[in-house]
Amino acid sequence: MSTPLQVTARLRDPVTTDDHIRGPADAAVTIVEYGDFQCQFCGAAYPNLHELLRQRADTVRLVYRYFPIANVHPYAERAAETAEAAGVRGRFWEMHDWLYEHQDQLDPVHLSLGVEQVGLPPDELNAEVENRAHADRVRRDFVGGIRSGVNGTPTLFVNGIRHDGGYDLPDLLTAADAAANA
Amino acid sequence: MSDPNGLIQPGRTAPGFTLPATPDGDLLGPEQFRGRPVVLAFYPADWSPVCGDQMSLYQSAAPVFAQYQAVVLGVSVDSIWSHRAFAESRGIEFPLLADFEPKGEVARRYGAYMPNGEAARALVVLDPAGKVTWSYLSPPDVNPGADGIFDALDQLAADRKVMAG
Repeated sequence: MSTPLQVTARLRDPVTTDDHIRGPADAAVTIVEYGDFQCQFCGAAYPNLHELLRQRADTVRLVYRYFPIANVHPYAERAAETAEAAGVRGRFWEMHDWLYEHQDQLDPVHLSLGVEQVGLPPDELNAEVENRAHADRVRRDFVGGIRSGVNGTPTLFVNGIRHDGGYDLPDLLTAADAAANA
Repeated sequence: MSDPNGLIQPGRTAPGFTLPATPDGDLLGPEQFRGRPVVLAFYPADWSPVCGDQMSLYQSAAPVFAQYQAVVLGVSVDSIWSHRAFAESRGIEFPLLADFEPKGEVARRYGAYMPNGEAARALVVLDPAGKVTWSYLSPPDVNPGADGIFDALDQLAADRKVMAG
């Protein structure tokens, strides 16, 4: 009888300046989220991560990486590439927040309205997305995630170690505080 | 585990089998893919949320599996009809094999059958010659992800390079 071998998945792609980062550069705790903008569980985690960053403003920073599960979420890839198009214009987090706050409006028509609300030119971004200008970046995040043991969305790595607990605020606070004091 | 030896271990030749892969009765098995690595992903059941995530995840990683020319075969004790509905709902395009009659026979032969009548959540990677090169048993409620599979496929590719050189 073989016992299940528990392997702790670790982040293999270190955080770099190419990443989308929210929070202090010298934070003791770095949370890397692999997320899918159309995933309801990511949507549920979104306000909790927001609140975590607010309550631990000096100690925690959040890194967001794309992990669209396109076969289940038909709008996820387009949403990710749109966020990246916003990112190259310095508006990643505004777009990220809009997407998670409008998860029922990710179809192309509403997405364009979202881009406009974020203050970016929808036609220009649409053209980039249509040309798949940001597909490589999204794919790179995805592949790095799958090699790191991302097993669904959201998957969080807290200081490089996969967080296998829940995404409610108390769970996140506990995980972040444990990492800060480790 | 009904198999007292547990999950099949690296170094052993993978037991041959074919199982129904479509409602038309088409049979598929690892021997049809000799020359390519084969990933057997045993999982407890269609529709349970963790399974859905695991099989959906492997579908979303299809381009990465393709880089290794690896074939992914999902195996559970569900019927082909359940598999078909499940695959349609999750956009799964790789084969889901029905280890349905005699129930769980293939899972048993791989040491991946559980007393509750479901397949275990077990990953088995076969090399292009059909020998087991890596296997992993996950707790039923934990999606094992794909990192271990890709590490095994990397190792296979590296070994082949050494042999070719």
